[in-house]
Amino acid sequence: MSEPLLRIRDLTVDYATDRPVRAVDGVSLDIHPGEIVGLAGESGCGKSTLAYTITRLLQAPAEISGGSIEWRREDGGTTDILGLGGRELRAFRWQEISMVFQGAMNALNPVHRIGPQIEDVFLDHRAGLNKAERRERAAELLRTVGIPVDRLRSYPHELSGGMRQRVMIAMALALRPRLIIMDEPTTALDVVVQRNILEEIDRLRSEFGFAVLFITHDLGLLLEISDRVGVMLSGRLVEENTPQALLDGAGHDYTRHLLSSFPSLRGDTPITGTRYVDRGPATPREEARA
Amino acid sequence: MTTLDARHLSKNYQIRGTGLRGATLRAVDDVSLLVRPGESVALVGESGSGKSTIAKMLIRLVEPTAGDVTLDGEHIGTGRRATKAYRKRVQMVFQDPFSSLNPSLPIRHQLARPLRIHGIVRTRAEEERELHRLLDSVNLGPAAEILAKYPHELSGGQRQRIAIARALAPRPEVLIADEPVSMLDVSIRLEILQLLDDLKRERNLAVLYITHDLATARHFSTQIVVMRHGRVVERGPSSAVILDPIHPYTQLLVRAAPDPRSEPFVIDPDRHHASPDVLVSEADTGPADGRHWARAWADDAAVTELLAGV
Repeated sequence: MSEPLLRIRDLTVDYATDRPVRAVDGVSLDIHPGEIVGLAGESGCGKSTLAYTITRLLQAPAEISGGSIEWRREDGGTTDILGLGGRELRAFRWQEISMVFQGAMNALNPVHRIGPQIEDVFLDHRAGLNKAERRERAAELLRTVGIPVDRLRSYPHELSGGMRQRVMIAMALALRPRLIIMDEPTTALDVVVQRNILEEIDRLRSEFGFAVLFITHDLGLLLEISDRVGVMLSGRLVEENTPQALLDGAGHDYTRHLLSSFPSLRGDTPITGTRYVDRGPATPREEARA
Repeated sequence: MTTLDARHLSKNYQIRGTGLRGATLRAVDDVSLLVRPGESVALVGESGSGKSTIAKMLIRLVEPTAGDVTLDGEHIGTGRRATKAYRKRVQMVFQDPFSSLNPSLPIRHQLARPLRIHGIVRTRAEEERELHRLLDSVNLGPAAEILAKYPHELSGGQRQRIAIARALAPRPEVLIADEPVSMLDVSIRLEILQLLDDLKRERNLAVLYITHDLATARHFSTQIVVMRHGRVVERGPSSAVILDPIHPYTQLLVRAAPDPRSEPFVIDPDRHHASPDVLVSEADTGPADGRHWARAWADDAAVTELLAGV
């Protein structure tokens, strides 16, 4: 196996509020070049906090209390992401890891046209392009994600949800990053549009070779598109495996519970409507029951 | 009990806006639905297909442009009193339990109000007993504790249970559930759907389940009605619609829905040639203009466009 692109070790993040919350609890995860890693979990399980930690977007009261995130640069050396600051961080962000945000439907600025919003990325992160070049690159990006170039002059409200999502992906692609973090990128979209976007992501990935960390609560979706899937519960990564292995027999109770909580569309899986109670890290793995 | 029968429902909206003045949006275009007691009918389709407009017309929040709604064949008048009587029999569970409960009032108030408005209880003691029974029927307890709480003190799943209890308070015969679980975490969705299913059985409710999730539509409903652009494009017994979809749009939906446990679905645009004769049943009298769904897409530009992308 190749060297991982991103190596997270024992990452712990706390929210230092009146009653401190451990949002991410000793998570270790590798992401290899060009692979899609899915991260499943419910609201409040810490998956978005993990994404924000990787991109260093965490704000107080969040505190990184332990662990490391290592990034393998193209020259073979490694960068300690948690140690980045100031200009280095600015150069690293978007250039190496970009992000498609949760609720991307509303992540575009409603009072600016699409074109200038994409060009902003170049203004912010890569000086040296003149106005005409920036415009040309923005047009090229739109073409890449399958949107007619005349849409550069549109306002976000003039685009459908799927198109807005494509614009967000175009912006994430702008500086050719090697990892794109997608936080619930298709949650607000219709299934048919969602499928188009997923196919688009897969096509772009084979064209540009970036890796994807895909975060969603929709485990069924992850099992279809990911090379590996991690399941988070109360800040912990309770299981990580290939989709086939999870479908064949998940190791953790909670994963099995999640797997049984969406009925198969065309299969005849019996459905159960019971609640999972998290009994903490000591939950026995119970191989026998698998 | 009661059969909800909606015939040839239509809703047009006049569009106001620069350059569009006078244009008409056909949100719902000649849709018929029949929901029998103890039966659940799923209405599926993308956003903007008119699903929620139908729900609003059925609960009388929106006045239909055309069409009839009858309960057991009985027309119910349009006045205030008649509407109240109608709503006692037809109740709705809304999509978002975070905004459908009044945040400034305790649960007791939210549940007691429909009981009083619809004259279900007369005395304090009766009310107390009924409140406990309602909470019990949605598996929430201990009652005294829950009744004293405010919506923000409850989880999403608990709030949706309260919303269901509130809908059940007037002892309705028809329940309209508009995306009742789409705002909830995946792992508690089935619980809520199971609860609705149990209630349907126990109380012999007629349930209209509006959703965009084909998998739960299949497993919790006997019939599926697929809508697109305000029209019904396909309908039939749930498993038949999912396993053997005929309309290209339904096929696209089935292909698009995540289903990791099955082989990828292969679209066959010619499938309708194999089943040209579609039964016009009591549940589906078809649009009044005679353009039945099974033949309606031949010259539909939107469908042609959809299939071009396959």
